[in-house]
Amino acid sequence: MLATVHPTIPDAATFALSAAIIIGGAFGVITSRNAVHAALSLVLTLFGVAVLFIEQQADFLAVVQVIVYAGAIVVLFLFVIMFLGVDRREDIAHEPLRGQRPMAFALIVVALGGVIALGVGAHWATGAHAVAGPSHLAGHPNVYVLGKSVFTTYLFAFEATAALLVIAVVGAVVLARRPRMEEKAEDTEREEEPAGVATGPSEREEAAE
Amino acid sequence: MSIPGEWYLILAAALFTIGALGLLLRRNVLVMFMCIELMLNAANLTFVTFSRMLGDIGGQVIVFFVLVVAAAEVVVGLGIVVAIFRRRANTSADDLHILKG
Repeated sequence: MLATVHPTIPDAATFALSAAIIIGGAFGVITSRNAVHAALSLVLTLFGVAVLFIEQQADFLAVVQVIVYAGAIVVLFLFVIMFLGVDRREDIAHEPLRGQRPMAFALIVVALGGVIALGVGAHWATGAHAVAGPSHLAGHPNVYVLGKSVFTTYLFAFEATAALLVIAVVGAVVLARRPRMEEKAEDTEREEEPAGVATGPSEREEAAE
Repeated sequence: MSIPGEWYLILAAALFTIGALGLLLRRNVLVMFMCIELMLNAANLTFVTFSRMLGDIGGQVIVFFVLVVAAAEVVVGLGIVVAIFRRRANTSADDLHILKG
């Protein structure tokens, strides 16, 4: 599939700009000392990927990418960073394991070179066309085609993801919950605090009256 | 004529390796999670590209499922980070050597 195609200038410009945003954001994630900056760089990368989804006629996925990834997942990251109060600079010049960085770079170069060499050798995309259904039907939008496929061919997998999400929510609640004993210990500590300091909303209202 | 698929695949490979590099180099658990998100996004980009190159909707459906799995993974992972932070007051992966048997 290495036919010589010449992309139009707007397409090429969109791709180049998105690629620059994606790679720049990715480097921002791995080089930021501050976890908040890393999360914001992640938004850049996710947005660039969304643009490339639109460029490849995957409109619905681009919207979901922005809403779910940039909207929900990154906000969750930021929430946890602020909740834990770890938004301070960390020392990334320090290298605890000797020789880890050179080995990591060597491994990465080998992996990237190997993947690209395999891609060139295999002529990139091989296999039958449109096994799971065509990606574009004349006169129907992308959402129609995708939705029809999800709710017919992939219905079982779709139902499985529903179960997965419920399990994830329950798991998160169980993990983030304070153990009983700890809770009781904190309650007693709170009761021992001097009563004059406490200014709850009810007391403040009484004072205003 | 739109962009050839190979460009997207090379970009996705680069994005994946940057994510893997971050996972190997960084020690903050939160940043490591973000690097996993980078790698998942590289895989998503690859799926969408193959979907376009082969004219197959299956690639886009898989991206849809990857998004769901990524959301679930982040929720559970951050729950674990919060639980660990409560005991150790640190988000460095090095501190988890206490898990050694």
